[in-house]
Amino acid sequence: MINIQKPGLLTSIQDEGRIGYQQFGIGTSGAMDQLSFRLANWLVGNEGNEAVLEITMLGPTIAFEADALIAICGADLSPAVGKQKLQNGRTFFVRKGSVLRFGTCRSGCRAYLAIAGGFAVADVMESKSTYLLANIGGYQGRALQQGDSLQAGECTETAKKLLVSLRNKLGSTAHVWQAPWGVSDSFCKSFSQKIIPIRVTHGKHFDNFDAASRKNFFAKPFHISSQSDRMGYRLENNKLINLSNKQLLSEAVRFGTIQVPPDGNPIVLMADHQTTGGYPKIAEVATVDLPLLAQAKPGDQIQFQSISLAEAHKLMLEREKALQLLRLQINQQFEMA
Amino acid sequence: MDYQLQPFGDNAVMVIFGEKNERSIHQHVQKLADFLQDNPFDWMTAYIPAFTNITLFYEPIKIMQENDTTDPYSVVCKDLESVLGNLQHVPQTPANTIDIPVCYGGAYGPDLEVIAKHNQLTREEVIRIHSQGDYLVYMIGFSPAFPYIGGMPDKINTPRKATPRISIPAGSVGIAGGQTGIYPLASPGGWQIIGRTPLKLFQPASEKPSLLKAGDRVRFTPISEMAYQKWGDAND
Repeated sequence: MINIQKPGLLTSIQDEGRIGYQQFGIGTSGAMDQLSFRLANWLVGNEGNEAVLEITMLGPTIAFEADALIAICGADLSPAVGKQKLQNGRTFFVRKGSVLRFGTCRSGCRAYLAIAGGFAVADVMESKSTYLLANIGGYQGRALQQGDSLQAGECTETAKKLLVSLRNKLGSTAHVWQAPWGVSDSFCKSFSQKIIPIRVTHGKHFDNFDAASRKNFFAKPFHISSQSDRMGYRLENNKLINLSNKQLLSEAVRFGTIQVPPDGNPIVLMADHQTTGGYPKIAEVATVDLPLLAQAKPGDQIQFQSISLAEAHKLMLEREKALQLLRLQINQQFEMA
Repeated sequence: MDYQLQPFGDNAVMVIFGEKNERSIHQHVQKLADFLQDNPFDWMTAYIPAFTNITLFYEPIKIMQENDTTDPYSVVCKDLESVLGNLQHVPQTPANTIDIPVCYGGAYGPDLEVIAKHNQLTREEVIRIHSQGDYLVYMIGFSPAFPYIGGMPDKINTPRKATPRISIPAGSVGIAGGQTGIYPLASPGGWQIIGRTPLKLFQPASEKPSLLKAGDRVRFTPISEMAYQKWGDAND
């Protein structure tokens, strides 16, 4: 029911991720920015883990071959249907025959396009996420290409009700209608900062680095290199010196592990990272800041801040409480529509 | 059984049984992995066994909300300590032995000659030594279903190729220093390729996506080129 007329730079189907198969070497993949992914789903009445499109910097052109309820969250890639610009964090009714286009990347790096019912592709190991490295999941295990057609799944009752209500409010000529509510873009604004602050806890091998490296790791910002993708971000401008020359045995790594290969330029592991690694780990990105990091793009600057494990958990809980409140408000709007 | 618990980021814990790559340490890793496979904690989302430690991922928010606490890491450690305390009295589960048929040499094992020359052996001797090793899968990692296999006799130890090949076919069995391994997916690589197995190590559509798991014993069995091809046909 949607047709990809142009694929954009890298557009792939993602969900929460392929969780629980890491002992077999299967990476989790999933949406890089889990926060925007969840918000976009809630805005179209989905439970929160339906498959969405992750759109990277240069967006696709998408033709709608059926009426749809959609929402876009995360990066602002200037989406528009005809002359009407679509605001992020809003629910839209899009009429059959409409064409959605993206333009300039105004802020962030990755936009999430959710559709009521989610994108219907087969589950591979309980997930619809595209795992590019192994060519599994998503749409034929790959990024979307011109001519691909995607179906939406069965929408929830609330989404159906809203779809009918918005369709009735739409004039006969308009292609798209925006619901009169939305979520605040305060989160989206934080990725436009000149130096993006990212909170971390100390890594397993933090003490193996020399005093200057341990200090500079937090004192000096890093540049995100052009060799950065869904697997990892390579960081430049601040080389780190490891005092231990001991060869490490490979062991588990996580989304957010900051490892330092012998050349001294750290790599932050992202959603498509391998399950294990053998480089020293200087720090671990706090889960609460992973969505922000996922919105940083090559050329951006980030600066690490040290926090305790207790703080990381406190921030996580606060974020979740705020999100659940937001979800409640979204659901109320749906009820009233 | 000595161990140490260490936080790993804000959503994982590492259970460390030692530092040295030894079978006796890996046995503890294996015991806990077997336990977790059958009795996963309700807060656990995934676990990754490695050479000397095992990492468990948890859901901090779920633990905080269900236990009305702000310290999910303590809940995780308490549960783990009680299991680890009892685990020493649990007998080790017998390991599975998986037979890996390998067609050695020829087009399937272009580096067999290199390995023979490097170790001043005949090709037949290399095949005999490689297929008589007592092998243990220490962990699966690096790429989907890739097994880290220990136990190769040192007599066929051969350094990696100076220039990696651009593409090594799936199923290729290789040697890198004192390690032997199998490529589950076609990929670039610098291992000396000794042969190829017709078995599929990575089976994404199957209930068990990886043929091997940590703790499995492996036996390499030489097969002829004809047997390899027959096997391949049966797979298609």
